This record gives sequence, structure tokens and C-alpha cells, in this order.
Amino acid sequence: MKQEMKIKDLETVVVRFSGDSGDGMQLVGTIFSNLSAELGNEIITFPDYPAEIRAPHGTLSGVSGFQMQLGAKNVFTPGDKADVLIAMNPAALKVNAQFLKPDSVVIIDTDSFQTSDLERALFTTGDPFKELGLTSVQVVAAPITQMCKDCLEGIADNKQALKSRNILALGLVCWLFNRPLKIVEKLLTEKFKKKPDVLKANLLVLQAGFNYGHNIHAAVSTYRIETTSHKKGFYTDINGNKATAYGLIAAAEKAGLPLFLGSYPITPATDIMQELAVHKELGVKVMQTEDEIAGICTAIGASFAGNLAATSTSGPGLALKSEAIGLAVMAEIPLVVIDVQRAGPSTGMPTKSEQTDLMQALYGRNGESPVVVIAALSPTDCFDSAFRASKIALEHLTPVILLTDGYIANGSSAWRIPDLEEYPEIKPPYVSAEIRERWTPFMRNTETDVRYWAIPGTEGFMHRIGGLEKDYMQGVISTDPGNHQRMVQVRQSKIDKIADTLPLQEVWGDEDAETLVVGWGGTYGHLSEAVEKVREQGKKVAFTHFRYINPLPKNAETILRKYKKVLVIEQNLGQFAAYLRAKIGGLNPLQFNRVKGQPFVVARLVEEITKIVENGELKNSQCINS
Amino acid sequence: MSSSQITYQAKDYKSAQLVRWCPGCGDYGLLTALHKALAELGVAPHDIVVISGIGCSSRLPYYMNTYGFHTIHGRGAAVATGVKVANPRLSVWLATGDGDCLAIGGNHFIHAVRRNVDVNILLMNNKIYGLTKGQYSPTSDRGFISKSSPYGTVEDPFRPAELAIGARGRFFARTIDTDVKNSSAILLAAAKHKGTSVVEVILNCVIFNDGIHETITAREHRADKTIFLRHGEKMIFGSNNDKGIVQSGFDLKAVTIGEDGYTLDDVLVHDMTTPDPTFHLKLALMDGNELPVALGIIRDVEAPVYDEDMEKQIENVRAKKPARTLKEFLMTGDIWEVK
Repeated sequence: MKQEMKIKDLETVVVRFSGDSGDGMQLVGTIFSNLSAELGNEIITFPDYPAEIRAPHGTLSGVSGFQMQLGAKNVFTPGDKADVLIAMNPAALKVNAQFLKPDSVVIIDTDSFQTSDLERALFTTGDPFKELGLTSVQVVAAPITQMCKDCLEGIADNKQALKSRNILALGLVCWLFNRPLKIVEKLLTEKFKKKPDVLKANLLVLQAGFNYGHNIHAAVSTYRIETTSHKKGFYTDINGNKATAYGLIAAAEKAGLPLFLGSYPITPATDIMQELAVHKELGVKVMQTEDEIAGICTAIGASFAGNLAATSTSGPGLALKSEAIGLAVMAEIPLVVIDVQRAGPSTGMPTKSEQTDLMQALYGRNGESPVVVIAALSPTDCFDSAFRASKIALEHLTPVILLTDGYIANGSSAWRIPDLEEYPEIKPPYVSAEIRERWTPFMRNTETDVRYWAIPGTEGFMHRIGGLEKDYMQGVISTDPGNHQRMVQVRQSKIDKIADTLPLQEVWGDEDAETLVVGWGGTYGHLSEAVEKVREQGKKVAFTHFRYINPLPKNAETILRKYKKVLVIEQNLGQFAAYLRAKIGGLNPLQFNRVKGQPFVVARLVEEITKIVENGELKNSQCINS
Repeated sequence: MSSSQITYQAKDYKSAQLVRWCPGCGDYGLLTALHKALAELGVAPHDIVVISGIGCSSRLPYYMNTYGFHTIHGRGAAVATGVKVANPRLSVWLATGDGDCLAIGGNHFIHAVRRNVDVNILLMNNKIYGLTKGQYSPTSDRGFISKSSPYGTVEDPFRPAELAIGARGRFFARTIDTDVKNSSAILLAAAKHKGTSVVEVILNCVIFNDGIHETITAREHRADKTIFLRHGEKMIFGSNNDKGIVQSGFDLKAVTIGEDGYTLDDVLVHDMTTPDPTFHLKLALMDGNELPVALGIIRDVEAPVYDEDMEKQIENVRAKKPARTLKEFLMTGDIWEVK
């Protein structure tokens, strides 16, 4: 009886799939997000998975989640709290209870909510919803396991039936969102084309899940989300790590150089190496080395030999690479170092995200060792940022550290496949016949302070470089005091002058506001959404978000000095705020810091920004770090 | 290029830089041997890259009129690997010492050898840290007294051959710093070998460890304390050329031909090409006590080469996948069109 059903038209909706880490939640989450993207929704996804590959079945430590926000427009984050939760067991319900909106829809598998399951998740009563205080949620209690078994009887064994639970749940979710199954069937066919038996089973349970929802006439909200038209072109769903890999490939293509990656497996950066390893047809050379140090050192060798060379890692790996980054600074060779930041220090929380490697990237080396530091803003921006990092490295013969983070690395959104014609040329400063007579290894372009690149195999330019200080004029080893001062300064000014080539920093929102919200890197989505919400309440606030950290864009100081209150929001204890204090004399911004390993909660940001905007007495110097 | 038609001389590989090793240092002999070997090899100086780590030995690139990169402590093998993989057409050399290669750089050394990257490793073994002025090294003998082991070390040394062959090394040779003629021939063979070549140079540090190899290298007993191995030839040594190496059970044994019933027929013939490393290892571990220290090319075995195979793999994949640009690849993926 259709009239019993409530169809909610929503601008945006947040969905969270959750289960054991072996339950295939990431798979169905990805399929559902691809489906929604193909239907024209904007989507941002965020997988939240435990470090354990398979924690004990049904326990709280083994819960793996995949959250996404979809909507017609203005989707900047995976959302704070879920409108819909799929909880495959009681542990998943318990872990996610805090992320639920009061009237959300919760789909559970009743077969895995038995007494023993409840005990494993440390429930003490038979009613988990009551125990968690979830009194107003709308529960869809479906016998998912049993339905899988019934549906696949005589077709697949029990083991396969259990493996298909996630797909049956996906069918139910498709019903809930009025999604046609056709596209899901296409996606599953591609995914399981080499396993026809598994595909057959999955297609059957998908339909069964959808039918179940359709037939029970459950008195729960179903959703319809408007679609929107994007810029014309071909789109694909992409996460930050893939986008980073593609950005490197694009830069190599644009520069006409082979791409080399030296890397060592580390969460959450490994996918960059794995993605690049696939693309041998594009000539990419990937070495999985014996350790982090060899990762960067092979890249340094490849760079010396004339490749676009990169190494990818996460925080602890960046620490191991410090000395070698210093070598690249001293030898003045191009190198892209990607740090997918994760919660630290030490091993920290490998699968969780934060922005705590900024100081390490800027200063974590011996000696005066300036490098370019860039931070990617979003999953799709990883492409642009990796491209720009490569361009700067190759044109200025310097290491560039590209900071992404676990959140944007694993988060995904729809991405228009770019035409490389839209991207700028990359022209490394190669040596040429004209300069051959007067050339020395550290002879510089006086405008940019960049030396010239002589690649082994080039006749007439044999030379020796290395970690020892060199003579400014001759390029031979030197310990002359005055020469060292001069070389230290020129290595710094070479980096400072890159600011001349950077786009100017932009300010969004109300330029005449008293308050400027400042962010950097992967928090762009959350901050822009929060600022928009504050402005929707009629309050004036301006917003600027930094991609270029070192050097800062040339107008950064003017912007930051213009506002009465500057609020720097970041996922650390104030590293960017401290950097701005050091770079811009007298500036003492307000701070809001969260270091929980989780993305910001937009509602919390709105609250904090509003507090600052409304407090007329507050000045920059009054730090209210809460 | 036309480099095959040009002939080179040793001086073409010498840089203008003043050589700054201590007078009498064994590094001089090796440097001369390298210049000679490269001239004979005939590869143009601009197609040669010499990489090094840190230490006295690692100054070597500055004295070469080639491309050179003096890197950081222990990491030379990794940098050299990157150079060779990025451009397999270059002739890549690594100058390293016992501390650089086997202590701080041990991991990179064994993995370079395991991968069989076509890099020539010159391991200058003087059993001491010279640049930091006299601490024991990972090849110093047990009980060795140095500034950092005033009461003698209580640890066993690495034997470079054991490490190299243990890491599946396919080329291992040993030479003496002052023996320029043989060193040069060995370096040439190392260059021609496809894959990682390890050449251990028994080298004297005249300042901090003078005479450490004297028990085997001194002129008066070198012929009795060493044996120069040549592929396909009998293992004969001694000042009178009357001693030979024979097999005795699972072991090797030095005998005098004509004594104890041993004849020339009993003496082993050197085969450097046999893939099984057992005999090569036994020969390489002869230490100058019961058995003479082996010099020359101990092992030279063909095996797949990492940098070549990486290029072959790229060609194989290209034959199957048509995309040559990022966009071509992306358009074959999971995409949708917005019109």
C-alpha cells in the first residue's frame, strides 16, 4: 500500500554502511556511491576501517564503516551524522550509535542480532536500541542471512550465502532510495566478471533485497534525491590516492619524462604505489623497495638520471626519509615526496587521519633545508596538487612535499576526466649547447636562482654533485665560511622566489567581515560547508584555505592582516597557526584544534565559528583554544 | 651513439680534481685500475655514473670525469639502483667501504644484490672506519682493538662474500689494492657481467689500520697465502706453484702436489659459472690459515637482471594494453557522461 510510505525529498542525505571488517561494507559502499554518482548526484565518501584486517568476528574492534553524503549540490563532506545506517551486527550498531540522527533509518540483519551476537558486542540486555538510547530511530529488521540462504538454496553453499549478505543489504538500500537496480547489476557484472558463480549469486540476492523492501511496505521514510547537472564531460569516481597517482602520471606526460616511483608499503599511502604499478602501459616504473629510505633514495637516483621521480609514504615513513630529503635539497634535484598524513606520533592510529605532519614537512631535517610544501584540498584536488607539485619540482629543481591525509586519500567523489590541454606546460631548466662553455654544476638562472639540469648521458656536461657543500661559482666541494652563508641563502631564496609563480590566495564569503576563517589542506570540504552554514544564518564571515604552505602565496600577509579576527582551524594543536605567527610578524590568530583521528563535525565547526563571529570583544591575541 | 668507434684512454676518465686520500692509501691503486678498466671497456665518460655513500672510499666519484653523485651514508646502493632502473643504458658503479656498505647500508646492499640490478659495486674493505678516525667496522676481526673497542670487540665480523652470496649474489670477485693489473682485469669483467657485480678490494688504511691485511698481502708470503682463481684452470698456488686445492669429504683442503699421494689430477678446476653457490662460497671463505685467500673472479653466473626485466615487462604490458596517455586509460574505465 504505497500511500503508507513516506517519500522524503532531500537535498542531501548521509548513508553509513557498517559491519565486520570482513563483511564487504567497503565494497557495497563503493558500489552505492558509484551508482549515485552515475545518477548525477554529488557524492563524498569516507571509508572508516580498523587497522586489523580481520578482528574477532562480531566484536567492537572489528567494525568497518563506509560513510557517504549524496545530494543535488553543495556536497563538501561525507556528512556529520547518518540518515541511514546499515548495521550488519550489534557491534556495528553500538559503534555507530553516536553518528546517528534521531529519526534515522537503521537496517539490521535480525539473524545476527541473536543473544550470543549481542553478548559479543558487550550488550547486557536483549534490546540493543533501548540500551543505546536510540528510541526514535526507524528500524528495518530484515532476516538478511536467512534470506540469502533461502534465495541461494541449491545454487550456492552456505559459505557463499553468508558472503552475499552485503549485496542483499545493498538491494534493500536501493529500494530505500528508489534506485534502479540496472546500474548496480552492471557494476557487479564488471566486478565479478571472472567469477560467474559469485556474480549469479549476488545478482539474485540483490533482487531479493530490493523485493523484500518493496513487499514489506515498511512504514519508514524512503528517499528521493534530486539530481543536478555537472559541467559537461566524462566523469569517474576517484579517491585521493588514485588522484595523486594520476596527477603524477599527467605531469610526467606533460613534461615528456618517464615517471619513477620508489616506495614501501605503509597505511594509508600504499594505494598510490599500487595504482601506479598497474600502469606499465604508460611507461611508469614502480619499485617496491626494501625500506622507506630506499624508496626515496631510488627516487633520488632516478631523478639524477632524468626521470620525474617520486616517493609516497605516511608520517613515520617521512621521518625515515628526512636525511635523504636533505640530500635532494643540497644536490638541488627535482623530487616529489607524498606524505599521506595519519594519526601519530609513532605508529599512532594508522588508519585514522589528521594534519600533524606540517612541521615535520617544513622543518624536519638537519641544517637549513628549505623545501616546497603543498597540501591537497580534497580527493579530486589530489590530482591538481600532485601535478603542481611535480611542475614545481621539475622547474625549480627542488624537493616538493605534497601533504594529503588519510581522509582525502580514501575519501572519494565524482571527478571530471580532464583534458591535459587545460593544464600548464612543464619545462625543466635543461642545460643547453649555448651555456656549455661557461656552465658549472651550480650556475644559476639569476631571476629564479635555479641551477641547470644536466642529465647523465648528455655529452659535455659530466659533473659531480652530492651532500657536501659546493662552491657557488665552481660547484666543487667547499668549506669556505662566506661561501656556505651564500649557498644557504641562495637555497632559501630559490624556494622563496617560487611564490612569484603561484596563483594568488583567494578569499571566499564576505570580504568585509570581521572574522576570517583559515584552513589548509584536506579540511577544505568541512570548513567551506561550515562557513556556508554560518553565512546562511545571516552572519558575516570570510574564508581562505591554503594549498601552498611554503612558500605562501604573495598576498597571504595582506589577507591575514586585513581581518580583526583570524581563526585558524586545523587537525593538530596549532601547527599552521604557529607557522603563520613565525612568518607574519605580530599576527597572533585564534585557534580551533581537534586531533581525534576523525574528520571534523560540521555542526561543531558552525558552533565554534559562530561563537567567534558573535564575540565583538575578541581580538586575535586572545587565544581561546578549546 | 658512436662511442663504439671512439677509443678512450685512462686519462679520459680522470677528473681535474686533486686526489685527497692520504699518501699511501690503497684507494689510489683501485682508482688507477678503474680508469684503466673503463678505457678498455670503451664506454663514453658521459654514459658512466659513479655513485657513492660516505667514507674515504666514497670520495672516489670526485676523481672521475664522469657523472657522479656523492650521496649519504649507506644509501649508495639504493641511489645507484634508481639510476640504473631509470636509465638502463648507463654504466653504473658504486664506490663503497666496509662501514658504508655492510653496517649502515647493509640492507640496501643485500637487496641490490638480491634484485640483481646491473650495478658494479666496488667494496673497499680496510676493516676500519677511516673518515671518523679509527673505529672498528663490521669486517673487523673478533677481539680487534680500536678507539671504540679499547678492550677488543666481542662480536664476529661479516665476511662480505658470505653476505653477497647469501643474498644470491651472481658475481663476486676479490682483489688486492696494490695489484693494479689484476684489479683492472677484474673490474672489466665486473662491468661486462650483467647483473650486480661485487668486487671486494682488500685495501690498506695507512693511517688507522696499517698492515691489517699484511698476513696475506705481504710480498714475501703472498704466493703461499693467496690463490688467484682463473675459470677453467687448476687451483694451483704457492711460491713454487706446487700447491693445490683438492676436495676432502665436504671440505676443501690445500695439499702439496706429489706429497701424501696427491697428484695434479686431484687438484680442482675452477668453474665460476656453476649456478650452485656451495663451492664458490667455500672458496670465498678460505681465510689464509689452512687455506689460501681466494683472489680473482670466484663466481660469475648468469641470471635475470632487474632493470632489464622491468623494461621487458613494460613492453609486454604495452603489447596487451593500447592506452599510451592517461586520458586514453581513464576513458576505458568506469565512467559516465554528463551532456
